[in-house]
Amino acid sequence: MYETVHPHDAWSRTVFQQLKDAGVTLFSYIPDAGNARLAELAEEDNQTRVVLLTTEEEGIAVAAGADLVGEKAVVMMQSSGVGNCPNFLSFVKGGGFPLLMIVSMRGDHGEQNPWQFPMGQAVEPILDAMGVITFRVDKAEELEGGMSAAINTAFKGGCASALILGQSFLGAKAF
Amino acid sequence: MTDITLSRIGALEHIFPNPDEYLFITGLAGPARDAAALTNDGPNMFTMAGCMGAAVSMGLGMALSAPTKKVCVIAGDGEMLMNIGSLATVASQAPENLTIVCVDNGGHGETGGQVGHTALRTDLAKIADGAGIANVMTVSSSDGLMAAADFVKSGVGPRFLWLRVLPGDPTSFKRNMNPMECRMRFKTAYLGG
Repeated sequence: MYETVHPHDAWSRTVFQQLKDAGVTLFSYIPDAGNARLAELAEEDNQTRVVLLTTEEEGIAVAAGADLVGEKAVVMMQSSGVGNCPNFLSFVKGGGFPLLMIVSMRGDHGEQNPWQFPMGQAVEPILDAMGVITFRVDKAEELEGGMSAAINTAFKGGCASALILGQSFLGAKAF
Repeated sequence: MTDITLSRIGALEHIFPNPDEYLFITGLAGPARDAAALTNDGPNMFTMAGCMGAAVSMGLGMALSAPTKKVCVIAGDGEMLMNIGSLATVASQAPENLTIVCVDNGGHGETGGQVGHTALRTDLAKIADGAGIANVMTVSSSDGLMAAADFVKSGVGPRFLWLRVLPGDPTSFKRNMNPMECRMRFKTAYLGG
């Protein structure tokens, strides 16, 4: 029997299990090729809830609302969406909210769409400016450790963190 | 054009006679001051003084994470319009325990009273309805306050109450604007209780 396996299935399963083990219940996102499988896994699991956003900044606030009542959330977005978030990162920094982000990169290794470069290249400087600690994954062997570090930074360390999935890890789209 | 005769002062007190039953999230500026006066800046309320547009989404995250609690967002018209897509997100998630109250003074009271879109052609009730919020109510006179109080406690959410008020100063109330203190105050009260 022929079965199509999603190209991001294996690592998405690893990350989903790590997030579940950390107690993450709310997965908010703007769809992107890099987070599609992870969102599907969260949708299929009956202990986790997926929130489709209209803009990435909403997810920052959704995560803060969850924290105020003791729950854990993750916000997933493409690199372009990081540009929609900085103002809301103000309450994250000022209030010490344990934000966890997963950013799938464009405008990075192997990019062919010129529209993606400016924001892609600004992702880490912007997050750095707003106090979000970044953990970059460029090779498969960096994934699990990076996710674990980002989870611990947010939920044990109490500091906002982002897992940055580079295009050398995810693969670049051809145009 | 609807005739607006409602004063914002005391309006929330009519709609929420028992504010302790709720967890509140507010946006910034005037509505935050009105709301803080309602609860005496209580530990069941997290008010913002920046990050315009975040209130509805923060309330959504809370409503989904505390499904047995009544969650209410209080925000102004400028705040609503800055992140109007959040109403679509709320509609799709459809949390039954979420109520949104928009205190709409038709302008930007905090920055000098500049005219806002809702004083021109924008109808927030139609937008909320169009986003897919099942229960929407508009109140623009004190005669409607009892019905508004019924609206927020009856049926299932999500609810959107468009409270159209006269321009004028918000309730005079000085609230804690330190986000770290307010976060810890809220969490301690909620998780400790």
